[in-house]
Amino acid sequence: MQYLLNVLAALGRAVLGLCRGAGSIAVFALEGVSHLVRPPFYPRLIGRAFMEIAYFSLPVVSLTAVFTGMVLALQSYSGFSRFGAESAVANVVVLSITRELGPVLAGLMVAGRIGAAFAAEIGTMRVTDQIDALTTLSTNPMKYLVAPRLLAGTLAMPLLVVIADILGVMGGWLIGTTKLGFASASYLHSTLTFMQTLDVVSGLVKAAVFGFIVALMGSYHGYHSRGGAQGVGSATTSAVVSSSILILALDYVLTEMFFAR
Amino acid sequence: MSGTTPKIRLRGVKKSFGPKKVLDGVDLDVQAGHGMVILGGSGSGKSVTIKSILGLIPPDSGVIEVDGRNVLSMNRRQREELNDRIGMLFQNAALFDSLPVWENVCFKLLAQKRIARSKARDKAAEILAQVGLDGSVGDLSPSELSGGMQKRVGLARAIATQPDIIFFDEPTTGLDPIMGAVIDGLIVDCVKRLGATAVSITHDMASARRIGDTAAMIHKGRIVWTGPAATLGETGNAMVDQFARGVREGPITMELRK
Repeated sequence: MQYLLNVLAALGRAVLGLCRGAGSIAVFALEGVSHLVRPPFYPRLIGRAFMEIAYFSLPVVSLTAVFTGMVLALQSYSGFSRFGAESAVANVVVLSITRELGPVLAGLMVAGRIGAAFAAEIGTMRVTDQIDALTTLSTNPMKYLVAPRLLAGTLAMPLLVVIADILGVMGGWLIGTTKLGFASASYLHSTLTFMQTLDVVSGLVKAAVFGFIVALMGSYHGYHSRGGAQGVGSATTSAVVSSSILILALDYVLTEMFFAR
Repeated sequence: MSGTTPKIRLRGVKKSFGPKKVLDGVDLDVQAGHGMVILGGSGSGKSVTIKSILGLIPPDSGVIEVDGRNVLSMNRRQREELNDRIGMLFQNAALFDSLPVWENVCFKLLAQKRIARSKARDKAAEILAQVGLDGSVGDLSPSELSGGMQKRVGLARAIATQPDIIFFDEPTTGLDPIMGAVIDGLIVDCVKRLGATAVSITHDMASARRIGDTAAMIHKGRIVWTGPAATLGETGNAMVDQFARGVREGPITMELRK
Protein backbone atom coordinates (compact mmCIF):
# COMPACT_ATOMS: atom_id res chain seq x y z
CA MET A 1 0.00 0.00 0.00
CA GLN A 2 2.77 2.41 0.98
CA TYR A 3 4.60 1.56 -2.23
CA LEU A 4 1.51 2.44 -4.27
CA LEU A 5 1.13 5.74 -2.41
CA ASN A 6 4.76 6.60 -3.08
CA VAL A 7 4.32 5.89 -6.79
CA LEU A 8 1.17 8.03 -6.91
CA ALA A 9 2.89 10.83 -4.98
CA ALA A 10 5.82 10.78 -7.41
CA LEU A 11 3.41 10.84 -10.34
CA GLY A 12 1.51 13.74 -8.77
CA ARG A 13 4.72 15.68 -8.22
CA ALA A 14 5.73 15.16 -11.84
CA VAL A 15 2.33 16.33 -13.12
CA LEU A 16 2.39 19.39 -10.84
CA GLY A 17 5.93 20.18 -11.98
CA LEU A 18 4.86 19.91 -15.61
CA CYS A 19 1.86 22.21 -15.03
CA ARG A 20 4.06 24.70 -13.16
CA GLY A 21 6.61 24.69 -15.99
CA ALA A 22 3.93 25.09 -18.67
CA GLY A 23 2.35 27.98 -16.75
CA SER A 24 5.69 29.66 -16.23
CA ILE A 25 6.53 29.40 -19.95
CA ALA A 26 3.08 30.74 -20.90
CA VAL A 27 3.46 33.76 -18.60
CA PHE A 28 7.00 34.36 -19.92
CA ALA A 29 5.74 34.19 -23.53
CA LEU A 30 2.84 36.58 -22.84
CA GLU A 31 5.13 39.08 -21.14
CA GLY A 32 7.63 38.85 -24.02
CA VAL A 33 4.91 39.37 -26.64
CA SER A 34 3.37 42.25 -24.67
CA HIS A 35 6.68 44.13 -24.92
CA LEU A 36 6.48 43.96 -28.73
CA VAL A 37 3.61 46.43 -28.73
CA ARG A 38 4.85 48.77 -26.00
CA PRO A 39 7.66 51.29 -26.54
CA PRO A 40 10.58 51.67 -26.39
CA PHE A 41 11.44 49.38 -29.30
CA TYR A 42 14.88 48.11 -30.22
CA PRO A 43 14.98 47.75 -34.04
CA ARG A 44 18.77 47.31 -33.97
CA LEU A 45 18.44 44.27 -31.70
CA ILE A 46 15.59 42.83 -33.80
CA GLY A 47 17.78 43.21 -36.90
CA ARG A 48 20.74 41.54 -35.21
CA ALA A 49 18.66 38.58 -34.01
CA PHE A 50 17.05 38.31 -37.47
CA MET A 51 20.49 38.15 -39.11
CA GLU A 52 21.66 35.56 -36.59
CA ILE A 53 18.67 33.33 -37.29
CA ALA A 54 18.06 33.84 -41.01
CA TYR A 55 21.48 34.53 -42.49
CA PHE A 56 23.78 32.47 -40.31
CA SER A 57 21.44 29.43 -40.28
CA LEU A 58 21.18 29.48 -44.06
CA PRO A 59 24.07 27.05 -44.78
CA VAL A 60 22.91 24.34 -42.39
CA VAL A 61 19.24 24.65 -43.41
CA SER A 62 20.15 24.68 -47.13
CA LEU A 63 22.29 21.55 -46.88
CA THR A 64 19.63 19.76 -44.87
CA ALA A 65 16.95 20.67 -47.43
CA VAL A 66 18.99 19.65 -50.48
CA PHE A 67 19.97 16.26 -49.08
CA THR A 68 16.45 15.62 -47.77
CA GLY A 69 15.02 16.31 -51.23
CA MET A 70 17.59 13.99 -52.79
CA VAL A 71 16.91 11.15 -50.35
CA LEU A 72 13.17 11.64 -50.69
CA ALA A 73 13.37 11.28 -54.48
CA LEU A 74 15.46 8.13 -54.21
CA GLN A 75 13.33 6.52 -51.52
CA SER A 76 9.97 7.34 -53.11
CA TYR A 77 11.21 6.11 -56.48
CA SER A 78 12.37 2.78 -55.06
CA GLY A 79 9.13 2.41 -53.07
CA PHE A 80 6.73 3.50 -55.79
CA SER A 81 8.40 1.36 -58.44
CA ARG A 82 6.83 -1.64 -56.68
CA PHE A 83 3.39 -0.33 -57.71
CA GLY A 84 4.45 1.15 -61.03
CA ALA A 85 3.86 4.66 -59.66
CA GLU A 86 7.31 6.12 -60.33
CA SER A 87 5.75 9.16 -62.02
CA ALA A 88 4.49 10.38 -58.62
CA VAL A 89 8.02 11.06 -57.35
CA ALA A 90 7.94 14.79 -58.16
CA ASN A 91 4.53 15.13 -56.50
CA VAL A 92 5.61 13.32 -53.35
CA VAL A 93 8.80 15.36 -53.08
CA VAL A 94 7.07 18.73 -53.37
CA LEU A 95 4.23 17.73 -51.06
CA SER A 96 6.53 16.30 -48.37
CA ILE A 97 8.99 19.17 -48.52
CA THR A 98 6.50 22.06 -48.46
CA ARG A 99 4.06 20.60 -45.97
CA GLU A 100 6.33 18.77 -43.56
CA LEU A 101 10.02 18.29 -44.07
CA GLY A 102 10.90 21.88 -44.95
CA PRO A 103 9.45 23.48 -41.82
CA VAL A 104 10.14 20.57 -39.44
CA LEU A 105 13.75 19.92 -40.43
CA ALA A 106 14.54 23.64 -40.66
CA GLY A 107 12.91 24.05 -37.24
CA LEU A 108 14.99 21.26 -35.72
CA MET A 109 18.19 22.60 -37.26
CA VAL A 110 17.47 26.12 -36.02
CA ALA A 111 16.54 24.71 -32.60
CA GLY A 112 19.98 23.12 -32.38
CA ARG A 113 21.81 26.21 -33.57
CA ILE A 114 19.81 29.22 -32.41
CA GLY A 115 17.94 27.78 -29.42
CA ALA A 116 21.26 26.74 -27.93
CA ALA A 117 22.93 30.06 -28.78
CA PHE A 118 20.11 32.13 -27.24
CA ALA A 119 20.06 30.01 -24.08
CA ALA A 120 23.85 30.19 -23.72
CA GLU A 121 24.02 33.96 -24.32
CA ILE A 122 21.14 34.92 -22.05
CA GLY A 123 22.16 32.29 -19.47
CA THR A 124 25.69 33.70 -19.32
CA MET A 125 24.23 37.18 -18.92
CA ARG A 126 22.13 35.87 -16.02
CA VAL A 127 24.97 34.20 -14.11
CA THR A 128 27.35 37.15 -14.64
CA ASP A 129 24.83 39.74 -13.32
CA GLN A 130 24.43 41.36 -16.75
CA ILE A 131 20.63 40.94 -16.57
CA ASP A 132 20.59 42.60 -13.14
CA ALA A 133 22.78 45.34 -14.63
CA LEU A 134 20.14 45.94 -17.33
CA THR A 135 17.52 46.47 -14.61
CA THR A 136 19.71 48.93 -12.73
CA LEU A 137 20.22 50.77 -16.03
CA SER A 138 16.42 51.29 -16.26
CA THR A 139 16.13 48.78 -19.11
CA ASN A 140 13.59 45.99 -18.91
CA PRO A 141 15.46 42.73 -19.66
CA MET A 142 12.33 41.12 -21.16
CA LYS A 143 11.97 44.02 -23.58
CA TYR A 144 15.69 44.21 -24.39
CA LEU A 145 16.61 40.52 -24.55
CA VAL A 146 13.48 38.46 -25.13
CA ALA A 147 11.00 40.47 -27.23
CA PRO A 148 13.43 41.18 -30.13
CA ARG A 149 14.36 37.50 -30.31
CA LEU A 150 10.72 36.36 -30.33
CA LEU A 151 9.87 38.71 -33.19
CA ALA A 152 13.02 37.85 -35.17
CA GLY A 153 12.42 34.10 -34.75
CA THR A 154 8.81 34.40 -35.93
CA LEU A 155 9.78 36.44 -39.01
CA ALA A 156 13.03 34.71 -39.97
CA MET A 157 11.89 31.09 -39.97
CA PRO A 158 9.33 31.45 -42.81
CA LEU A 159 12.06 33.05 -44.92
CA LEU A 160 14.38 30.15 -44.21
CA VAL A 161 11.64 27.66 -45.02
CA VAL A 162 10.90 29.29 -48.39
CA ILE A 163 14.57 28.76 -49.26
CA ALA A 164 14.48 25.22 -47.80
CA ASP A 165 11.38 24.41 -49.89
CA ILE A 166 13.04 25.59 -53.10
CA LEU A 167 16.32 23.78 -52.37
CA GLY A 168 14.53 20.61 -51.24
CA VAL A 169 12.54 20.45 -54.48
CA MET A 170 15.73 21.18 -56.42
CA GLY A 171 17.44 18.30 -54.61
CA GLY A 172 14.66 15.96 -55.74
CA TRP A 173 14.84 17.38 -59.25
CA LEU A 174 18.63 16.84 -59.33
CA ILE A 175 18.32 13.14 -58.46
CA GLY A 176 15.20 12.72 -60.59
CA THR A 177 16.86 14.06 -63.72
CA THR A 178 20.41 12.74 -63.27
CA LYS A 179 19.77 9.33 -61.72
CA LEU A 180 16.16 8.32 -62.16
CA GLY A 181 15.69 9.24 -65.80
CA PHE A 182 13.03 11.96 -65.52
CA ALA A 183 12.98 14.72 -68.11
CA SER A 184 13.78 18.06 -66.50
CA ALA A 185 10.81 19.94 -67.97
CA SER A 186 8.25 17.29 -67.12
CA TYR A 187 9.60 16.93 -63.56
CA LEU A 188 9.29 20.66 -62.96
CA HIS A 189 5.90 20.81 -64.69
CA SER A 190 4.63 17.98 -62.54
CA THR A 191 5.95 19.73 -59.42
CA LEU A 192 4.35 23.08 -60.21
CA THR A 193 0.98 21.74 -61.31
CA PHE A 194 0.61 19.43 -58.31
CA MET A 195 1.66 21.99 -55.67
CA GLN A 196 -1.21 23.97 -54.09
CA THR A 197 -1.15 27.27 -52.26
CA LEU A 198 -2.27 25.59 -49.03
CA ASP A 199 0.77 23.29 -49.13
CA VAL A 200 3.14 26.25 -49.06
CA VAL A 201 1.07 28.44 -46.73
CA SER A 202 0.65 25.68 -44.14
CA GLY A 203 4.42 25.14 -44.18
CA LEU A 204 5.08 28.84 -43.69
CA VAL A 205 2.61 29.08 -40.81
CA LYS A 206 4.33 26.10 -39.21
CA ALA A 207 7.68 27.82 -39.75
CA ALA A 208 6.51 31.00 -38.02
CA VAL A 209 5.22 28.98 -35.05
CA PHE A 210 8.42 26.93 -34.86
CA GLY A 211 10.56 30.08 -35.06
CA PHE A 212 8.62 31.58 -32.16
CA ILE A 213 8.99 28.34 -30.16
CA VAL A 214 12.75 28.11 -30.74
CA ALA A 215 13.29 31.74 -29.70
CA LEU A 216 10.94 31.34 -26.72
CA MET A 217 12.53 28.18 -25.33
CA GLY A 218 16.08 29.49 -25.85
CA SER A 219 15.23 32.75 -24.11
CA TYR A 220 13.19 31.11 -21.33
CA HIS A 221 15.80 28.54 -20.33
CA GLY A 222 18.62 31.08 -20.57
CA TYR A 223 16.71 33.67 -18.54
CA HIS A 224 16.04 31.17 -15.75
CA SER A 225 19.47 29.54 -15.66
CA ARG A 226 21.21 29.32 -12.31
CA GLY A 227 24.47 28.11 -10.90
CA GLY A 228 27.34 29.19 -13.14
CA ALA A 229 28.72 27.28 -16.11
CA GLN A 230 26.86 24.08 -15.27
CA GLY A 231 23.57 25.96 -15.09
CA VAL A 232 24.18 27.57 -18.48
CA GLY A 233 25.05 24.15 -19.92
CA SER A 234 21.86 22.56 -18.67
CA ALA A 235 19.83 25.57 -19.85
CA THR A 236 21.27 25.08 -23.32
CA THR A 237 20.40 21.38 -23.32
CA SER A 238 16.89 22.06 -22.03
CA ALA A 239 16.34 24.72 -24.70
CA VAL A 240 17.25 22.36 -27.54
CA VAL A 241 15.37 19.34 -26.17
CA SER A 242 12.20 21.23 -25.25
CA SER A 243 12.01 23.19 -28.50
CA SER A 244 12.61 20.01 -30.55
CA ILE A 245 9.83 18.16 -28.74
CA LEU A 246 7.47 21.12 -29.01
CA ILE A 247 8.18 21.44 -32.75
CA LEU A 248 7.25 17.80 -33.33
CA ALA A 249 4.15 18.01 -31.12
CA LEU A 250 2.94 21.29 -32.64
CA ASP A 251 3.63 19.93 -36.11
CA TYR A 252 0.95 17.31 -35.47
CA VAL A 253 -1.47 19.90 -34.05
CA LEU A 254 -1.00 22.26 -37.00
CA THR A 255 -1.27 19.43 -39.54
CA GLU A 256 -4.52 18.39 -37.87
CA MET A 257 -5.76 21.99 -38.11
CA PHE A 258 -4.86 22.41 -41.78
CA PHE A 259 -5.53 19.02 -43.29
CA ALA A 260 -7.80 16.89 -41.07
CA ARG A 261 -11.14 16.13 -42.72
CA MET B 1 11.68 67.27 3.01
CA SER B 2 13.13 67.19 6.49
CA GLY B 3 16.89 67.50 6.74
CA THR B 4 16.99 64.51 9.05
CA THR B 5 15.20 62.13 6.66
CA PRO B 6 17.75 59.50 5.65
CA LYS B 7 18.42 59.14 1.94
CA ILE B 8 17.91 55.39 2.34
CA ARG B 9 16.07 53.81 5.25
CA LEU B 10 15.50 50.10 5.89
CA ARG B 11 13.27 48.81 8.67
CA GLY B 12 12.69 45.16 9.54
CA VAL B 13 13.66 43.87 6.09
CA LYS B 14 13.39 40.09 5.97
CA LYS B 15 14.16 37.66 3.19
CA SER B 16 14.34 33.87 3.13
CA PHE B 17 15.24 31.49 0.34
CA GLY B 18 13.34 28.33 1.21
CA PRO B 19 14.25 27.42 4.79
CA LYS B 20 17.37 29.65 4.73
CA LYS B 21 16.81 32.98 6.45
CA VAL B 22 19.15 35.46 4.75
CA LEU B 23 17.83 38.78 6.09
CA ASP B 24 16.31 38.67 9.55
CA GLY B 25 15.05 42.20 10.13
CA VAL B 26 17.65 44.57 8.71
CA ASP B 27 17.44 48.14 10.05
CA LEU B 28 19.73 50.68 8.36
CA ASP B 29 19.87 54.43 7.75
CA VAL B 30 22.09 56.02 5.11
CA GLN B 31 22.34 59.82 5.25
CA ALA B 32 22.36 61.89 2.08
CA GLY B 33 25.83 62.59 0.73
CA HIS B 34 27.45 60.03 3.02
CA GLY B 35 29.42 56.92 2.16
CA MET B 36 28.04 53.85 3.93
CA VAL B 37 30.04 50.62 3.93
CA ILE B 38 28.26 47.38 4.80
CA LEU B 39 30.65 44.77 6.15
CA GLY B 40 30.05 41.12 6.70
CA GLY B 41 31.27 37.64 5.95
CA SER B 42 30.27 35.51 2.99
CA GLY B 43 26.58 34.62 3.12
CA SER B 44 25.81 37.22 5.81
CA GLY B 45 23.24 39.00 3.61
CA LYS B 46 25.22 41.98 2.27
CA SER B 47 24.44 41.42 -1.40
CA VAL B 48 20.80 40.55 -0.73
CA THR B 49 20.47 43.82 1.22
CA ILE B 50 21.58 46.02 -1.66
CA LYS B 51 19.74 43.89 -4.24
CA SER B 52 16.60 44.43 -2.17
CA ILE B 53 17.14 48.20 -2.23
CA LEU B 54 17.75 48.07 -5.99
CA GLY B 55 14.53 46.09 -6.55
CA LEU B 56 16.38 43.05 -7.92
CA ILE B 57 15.18 40.81 -5.07
CA PRO B 58 11.79 41.49 -3.46
CA PRO B 59 12.03 41.16 0.34
CA ASP B 60 9.44 39.05 2.19
CA SER B 61 8.59 41.88 4.59
CA GLY B 62 9.82 45.21 5.93
CA VAL B 63 10.12 48.75 4.63
CA ILE B 64 12.69 50.20 2.23
CA GLU B 65 12.51 53.95 1.71
CA VAL B 66 14.48 56.22 -0.61
CA ASP B 67 13.99 59.93 0.09
CA GLY B 68 11.11 58.96 2.38
CA ARG B 69 9.21 56.99 -0.31
CA ASN B 70 8.57 53.29 0.17
CA VAL B 71 10.14 51.69 -2.88
CA LEU B 72 8.40 48.36 -2.30
CA SER B 73 5.00 49.86 -3.13
CA MET B 74 6.21 51.52 -6.35
CA ASN B 75 4.87 50.39 -9.72
CA ARG B 76 7.23 49.51 -12.56
CA ARG B 77 7.32 53.04 -14.01
CA GLN B 78 8.06 54.63 -10.62
CA ARG B 79 10.74 52.02 -10.02
CA GLU B 80 12.36 52.79 -13.38
CA GLU B 81 12.26 56.52 -12.57
CA LEU B 82 14.01 55.78 -9.29
CA ASN B 83 16.59 53.60 -11.05
CA ASP B 84 17.34 56.57 -13.31
CA ARG B 85 18.85 58.25 -10.25
CA ILE B 86 20.85 55.19 -9.20
CA GLY B 87 24.19 53.86 -10.39
CA MET B 88 25.59 50.42 -9.62
CA LEU B 89 29.04 48.90 -9.90
CA PHE B 90 28.75 45.11 -9.82
CA GLN B 91 31.34 42.83 -8.27
CA ASN B 92 32.53 41.49 -11.64
CA ALA B 93 31.63 44.78 -13.39
CA ALA B 94 28.85 42.95 -15.36
CA LEU B 95 29.77 44.69 -18.61
CA PHE B 96 27.75 43.65 -21.65
CA ASP B 97 29.97 41.32 -23.69
CA SER B 98 28.12 42.00 -26.92
CA LEU B 99 28.78 45.76 -26.84
CA PRO B 100 32.03 47.73 -27.12
CA VAL B 101 33.20 49.67 -24.08
CA TRP B 102 31.84 53.03 -25.27
CA GLU B 103 28.34 51.59 -25.69
CA ASN B 104 28.59 50.02 -22.23
CA VAL B 105 29.51 53.39 -20.71
CA CYS B 106 26.70 55.27 -22.49
CA PHE B 107 24.20 52.40 -22.29
CA LYS B 108 21.56 54.19 -20.24
CA LEU B 109 21.95 57.43 -22.21
CA LEU B 110 21.51 55.53 -25.49
CA ALA B 111 18.69 53.27 -24.26
CA GLN B 112 16.70 56.28 -23.11
CA LYS B 113 17.60 58.22 -26.26
CA ARG B 114 19.09 61.01 -24.14
CA ILE B 115 22.02 61.19 -26.54
CA ALA B 116 22.54 60.48 -30.27
CA ARG B 117 24.78 57.53 -31.17
CA SER B 118 27.02 59.91 -33.10
CA LYS B 119 27.70 61.91 -29.93
CA ALA B 120 27.82 58.98 -27.51
CA ARG B 121 31.37 57.96 -28.42
CA ASP B 122 32.74 61.40 -27.47
CA LYS B 123 30.66 61.40 -24.30
CA ALA B 124 32.01 57.95 -23.40
CA ALA B 125 35.60 59.16 -23.92
CA GLU B 126 34.88 62.09 -21.59
CA ILE B 127 33.51 59.78 -18.87
CA LEU B 128 36.31 57.23 -19.34
CA ALA B 129 38.81 60.05 -18.74
CA GLN B 130 37.17 60.67 -15.35
CA VAL B 131 38.11 57.10 -14.32
CA GLY B 132 41.62 57.40 -15.73
CA LEU B 133 41.11 55.54 -19.00
CA ASP B 134 42.13 56.67 -22.45
CA GLY B 135 39.34 57.29 -24.98
CA SER B 136 40.80 54.60 -27.27
CA VAL B 137 39.66 51.98 -24.73
CA GLY B 138 36.12 52.78 -25.89
CA ASP B 139 36.52 50.74 -29.06
CA LEU B 140 37.65 47.60 -27.23
CA SER B 141 35.43 44.72 -26.22
CA PRO B 142 35.02 44.11 -22.44
CA SER B 143 36.75 40.73 -22.84
CA GLU B 144 39.91 42.55 -23.97
CA LEU B 145 40.20 44.46 -20.68
CA SER B 146 42.03 43.49 -17.48
CA GLY B 147 40.04 43.10 -14.24
CA GLY B 148 41.04 46.57 -13.04
CA MET B 149 40.08 48.18 -16.35
CA GLN B 150 36.72 46.37 -16.30
CA LYS B 151 36.04 47.79 -12.83
CA ARG B 152 36.92 51.27 -14.07
CA VAL B 153 34.62 50.89 -17.07
CA GLY B 154 31.91 49.61 -14.69
CA LEU B 155 32.47 52.71 -12.56
CA ALA B 156 32.28 54.92 -15.66
CA ARG B 157 28.95 53.29 -16.58
CA ALA B 158 27.67 53.79 -13.02
CA ILE B 159 28.44 57.53 -13.01
CA ALA B 160 27.55 58.25 -16.66
CA THR B 161 24.10 59.61 -15.84
CA GLN B 162 25.29 61.51 -12.77
CA PRO B 163 23.21 59.52 -10.27
CA ASP B 164 22.57 60.72 -6.76
CA ILE B 165 22.86 57.24 -5.23
CA ILE B 166 25.62 54.80 -6.19
CA PHE B 167 25.99 51.20 -5.02
CA PHE B 168 29.31 49.38 -5.08
CA ASP B 169 29.33 45.60 -4.74
CA GLU B 170 32.77 44.53 -3.48
CA PRO B 171 34.60 47.01 -5.71
CA THR B 172 38.11 45.75 -4.92
CA THR B 173 37.50 41.99 -4.94
CA GLY B 174 39.89 40.20 -7.27
CA LEU B 175 42.24 43.18 -7.67
CA ASP B 176 45.80 43.55 -6.43
CA PRO B 177 46.22 45.96 -3.46
CA ILE B 178 47.55 48.81 -5.59
CA MET B 179 44.75 48.55 -8.16
CA GLY B 180 42.30 48.22 -5.25
CA ALA B 181 43.58 51.51 -3.82
CA VAL B 182 43.32 53.13 -7.28
CA ILE B 183 39.69 52.00 -7.65
CA ASP B 184 38.89 53.22 -4.12
CA GLY B 185 40.44 56.60 -4.93
CA LEU B 186 38.35 56.87 -8.09
CA ILE B 187 35.21 55.92 -6.19
CA VAL B 188 35.84 58.61 -3.56
CA ASP B 189 36.60 61.22 -6.24
CA CYS B 190 33.53 60.38 -8.32
CA VAL B 191 31.18 60.28 -5.34
CA LYS B 192 32.48 63.62 -4.03
CA ARG B 193 32.29 65.26 -7.47
CA LEU B 194 28.68 64.14 -7.91
CA GLY B 195 27.72 64.83 -4.29
CA ALA B 196 26.16 61.36 -4.32
CA THR B 197 25.19 58.99 -1.55
CA ALA B 198 27.28 55.83 -1.75
CA VAL B 199 26.51 52.39 -0.37
CA SER B 200 29.30 49.85 -0.67
CA ILE B 201 29.55 46.26 0.45
CA THR B 202 32.94 44.79 1.09
CA HIS B 203 34.97 42.55 3.34
CA ASP B 204 38.17 44.43 2.51
CA MET B 205 38.96 46.47 5.64
CA ALA B 206 41.44 48.81 3.95
CA SER B 207 38.88 49.55 1.24
CA ALA B 208 36.14 50.09 3.84
CA ARG B 209 38.22 52.72 5.66
CA ARG B 210 39.09 54.48 2.41
CA ILE B 211 35.62 54.74 0.87
CA GLY B 212 33.32 54.83 3.89
CA ASP B 213 32.24 57.63 6.22
CA THR B 214 30.06 55.22 8.16
CA ALA B 215 30.22 51.46 8.44
CA ALA B 216 27.63 48.85 9.39
CA MET B 217 28.31 45.23 10.21
CA ILE B 218 25.78 42.60 9.14
CA HIS B 219 25.83 39.15 10.71
CA LYS B 220 23.28 36.38 10.22
CA GLY B 221 20.93 38.75 8.44
CA ARG B 222 20.91 41.53 11.07
CA ILE B 223 22.84 44.77 11.47
CA VAL B 224 24.86 44.23 14.64
CA TRP B 225 26.88 47.47 14.69
CA THR B 226 26.96 50.89 13.03
CA GLY B 227 29.65 53.51 13.53
CA PRO B 228 32.40 55.60 11.92
CA ALA B 229 34.38 53.67 9.31
CA ALA B 230 37.62 55.19 10.62
CA THR B 231 37.23 53.30 13.92
CA LEU B 232 37.05 49.84 12.34
CA GLY B 233 39.24 47.46 14.33
CA GLU B 234 38.93 49.56 17.49
CA THR B 235 35.18 49.78 17.86
CA GLY B 236 34.85 47.92 21.13
CA ASN B 237 32.34 45.61 19.46
CA ALA B 238 33.76 42.08 19.67
CA MET B 239 32.21 40.94 16.37
CA VAL B 240 33.39 43.94 14.36
CA ASP B 241 36.86 43.90 15.87
CA GLN B 242 37.23 40.15 15.21
CA PHE B 243 36.10 40.67 11.61
CA ALA B 244 38.36 43.69 11.11
CA ARG B 245 41.40 41.84 12.45
CA GLY B 246 40.55 38.62 10.61
CA VAL B 247 41.14 36.31 13.56
CA ARG B 248 39.46 32.95 14.24
CA GLU B 249 38.87 33.48 17.94
CA GLY B 250 35.80 35.52 18.81
CA PRO B 251 32.02 35.55 18.74
CA ILE B 252 31.82 34.88 14.97
CA THR B 253 32.24 31.17 14.39
CA MET B 254 32.46 29.50 11.01
CA GLU B 255 30.29 26.46 10.57
CA LEU B 256 32.95 23.96 9.54
CA ARG B 257 32.49 20.21 9.50
CA LYS B 258 34.73 18.59 12.14
